Amino acid sequence: MSLAAHVVARRGALGLDVELAVADGEVLGVLGPNGAGKSTLLRVLAGLLVPDGGRVVVDGDRVWDDVDLHVPAHQRSLGMVFQDHLLFPHLSVAENVAFGLRTRGVRRAEARAAAESWLDRVGLAGLGDSRPGQLSGGQAQRAALARALVGDPRLLLLDEPLSALDARTRLTVRAELHRHLAEYAGSAVLVTHDPVDAMALADRVLVVEDGAVVQAGPPAEVARRPRTDYVARLVGLVLLAGMGDGQQVRLDGGGVVAVAEDVAGPVFVAVRPESVALYLQRPVGSPRNVWPLRLATATPHGSVVRCDLTGEVPLTADVTATSFAELGLAPGAEVWAAVKASELTVYPR
Amino acid sequence: MRRGPALGALLLVLAGCGTDAAGAPAGDEVAGTLTVFAAASLTDVLTGLGDQLEADHPGLEVQFSFAGSSALATQVVQGAPADVLASADTEQMGLVTDAGLTDGSPGVFASNVLEIAVPAGNPGGVTGLADFADPDLALAVCAPAVPCGSAAEEVFAAAGVDAQPDTQEDDVRAALTKVQLGEVDAALVYATDVRAAGDAVEGIPFPEAGQAVNEYPICRLAAAPNPVAARAFVDLVRSDAGRRALADAGFRTP
Amino acid sequence: MPAPLLVPALLAVAFLVLPLVGLVVRAPWSEIGPQLTRPGVGEALRLSLVSATLATLLSLLLGVPLAWVLARSRVRGRSLLRALVTVPLVLPPVVGGVALFLVLGRQGIVGRWLFEATGFSLPFTTAAVVVAETFVAMPFLVVSVEGALRAADARFEDAAATLGADRWTTFRRVTLPLVAPGVAAGAVLCWARALGEFGATITFAGNFPGTTQTMPLAVYLTLQRDPEAAIVLSLVLLAVSLATLLLLRGRWLVRGAAG
Repeated sequence: MSLAAHVVARRGALGLDVELAVADGEVLGVLGPNGAGKSTLLRVLAGLLVPDGGRVVVDGDRVWDDVDLHVPAHQRSLGMVFQDHLLFPHLSVAENVAFGLRTRGVRRAEARAAAESWLDRVGLAGLGDSRPGQLSGGQAQRAALARALVGDPRLLLLDEPLSALDARTRLTVRAELHRHLAEYAGSAVLVTHDPVDAMALADRVLVVEDGAVVQAGPPAEVARRPRTDYVARLVGLVLLAGMGDGQQVRLDGGGVVAVAEDVAGPVFVAVRPESVALYLQRPVGSPRNVWPLRLATATPHGSVVRCDLTGEVPLTADVTATSFAELGLAPGAEVWAAVKASELTVYPR
Repeated sequence: MRRGPALGALLLVLAGCGTDAAGAPAGDEVAGTLTVFAAASLTDVLTGLGDQLEADHPGLEVQFSFAGSSALATQVVQGAPADVLASADTEQMGLVTDAGLTDGSPGVFASNVLEIAVPAGNPGGVTGLADFADPDLALAVCAPAVPCGSAAEEVFAAAGVDAQPDTQEDDVRAALTKVQLGEVDAALVYATDVRAAGDAVEGIPFPEAGQAVNEYPICRLAAAPNPVAARAFVDLVRSDAGRRALADAGFRTP
Repeated sequence: MPAPLLVPALLAVAFLVLPLVGLVVRAPWSEIGPQLTRPGVGEALRLSLVSATLATLLSLLLGVPLAWVLARSRVRGRSLLRALVTVPLVLPPVVGGVALFLVLGRQGIVGRWLFEATGFSLPFTTAAVVVAETFVAMPFLVVSVEGALRAADARFEDAAATLGADRWTTFRRVTLPLVAPGVAAGAVLCWARALGEFGATITFAGNFPGTTQTMPLAVYLTLQRDPEAAIVLSLVLLAVSLATLLLLRGRWLVRGAAG
């Protein structure tokens, strides 16, 4: 089982044009900001939306969507998990899970047994006779997962499956989801705007912005070497673009950054905010990367204070709350920012 | 002031309003505004006669209030300022007379009888009242609670017909509508309604109709603001010209 | 409670309830027994209940699918369609009755063909009462079910589609149960309207005791001759409809709303 798709769709101002392929047992994470076209992509893959072009192919030869052929959602072998579970409120939890089997002609008793077995697998044994309204958010999302997986679908689509859950529940459900995805033999596509979900659950990540793929690769690679400001911000990096010239990079926006290796041609420099140190005076020992900058904003961020800096090289620095207090900084203050060349990641554009 | 203050008016009372033709005081001009309360079924005829009277007397304006006979009687008893009352119901006129509000005793100027109304071409082949016993025909009569319905019961009883109507309509117009639409083969309605319906409806008179004659009395009112014009109007209605107009509309005249 | 809401609300209650109080106060209570046992009253009441119920069932059968088409399908000219099917709401019922004649009467566009082929003529039959009541009452059902469908979350239908349900199965197993309270409310409105129907019924079905004379017709005709008896009949109709609605509310509507 595998999925190969080229989806072209226009929805209002958005023009979506995305190509993707998902192998057997692989989980593809689609990461992107709101309005990037992630949901449209998923609805086309599900058959809920007829695309304007492209094609969706499952298992190499089984065409699901094409200019001439649209197979409606209910004729496709797929399971879908929605952000707010969408369990049918008028049916019991077990009836919800058995729903897909019943519509496909499985006998009531057999469907019921399969539903109970899946409820057991997702840790909801004994709750089959409850109404969805009686479940907690996490339980409901587990039931929704069981409902999507019960028929052994070729394709599993997950639309922001964790974003409606509170932080604690999200941790446990994410761990369980990871286990079920690992056991799932078909192709899975997970849409999310949360990089942590994508990193934790996906084998490969597709970053979609404004309807187009801006970056693709294994989660760790995407996290380490972001290619757009959006991805960089998501993974907590500052991205600087420039031209490599020996052991230094001339930035497109002006300024020069010293790096630890020889580089040439267009490159990105990724800066981790915690590697940036701030000083009131120009630091002694003259590290190679030191710039006089101005503090724009400072926001508490866990145990650190995130300082956005403007100037020749726009940077973000994470300093501990203690250091921030000792520095006595206020927005508008002038500071020296220093970063070691060895702390920077440089990669071709 | 219930009786007129003038001698002429007193004479009128003595002469009776329905039969008086000779007592008109010379020199009194027919002018001003005349208000006539009349039964709704008289609308077309009396409006025409009113126009004629206005044409004969340039200073005169005739105003009509058409309504059901019981409503008109109630209004007059409650003091409505009318000059003439033309009713379709002798009982209702009796209420006004009993209250002492009429100027003389009312006289019958027209009568209406039932006729069998059939759609143009008579698709049901209806020939007489006996056909109302045919269960295969679609037949309409008025409900017993309304005047044309009680009249229908009387003629059926007189003719010994066991009527098998499909519907008892709430008024005569509703019965006639069903004939016009061709949805019933026959309906028992008033002769005047058949005439008013035009070419879409044909009327079949029948002898038993005389068993239920609906008489129309007319009378000047004692409190008439314009007694002279009132008398002129009543005279016109009862004249040859008035009778012709009534007959054209399907009424019988005395 | 704020006065700008409370005062008009109390006025509305007074406006709606006082005429009812008038009927109750003026009713000749001592005559109620004899009036109820008069021939034809039970018959008219039974006919009213049966025909209003049949009209409601017919409206459900045809009106719910129509509401679905109006709320969910992407048919062109849907607003025009909606305006057309709600015409009976504003059409004087008597005109509605005449319009039914023009289509279903034995001289009507469809009725003529039926009459020639089978000799059957719809007007003046109990079926005609049901048809007239359905014509007038079904728009109430359609409007309220369409509202419920629009308010319902259509993504449940997406979820059903991903679970292999075609549109018909989705409608039966998901959409309809979701909007059940709206359907129930619409059916009650429809039934109440059908029960009180007068104009279209007396025009299209005529008035004949036992066949087409429903309570409102009996009340109207009694009013011509015996206003006090008419008040008694109105109260009977009122009591029976209130009792029915309260019973349904206890057994069915509340459960529907909770489901």
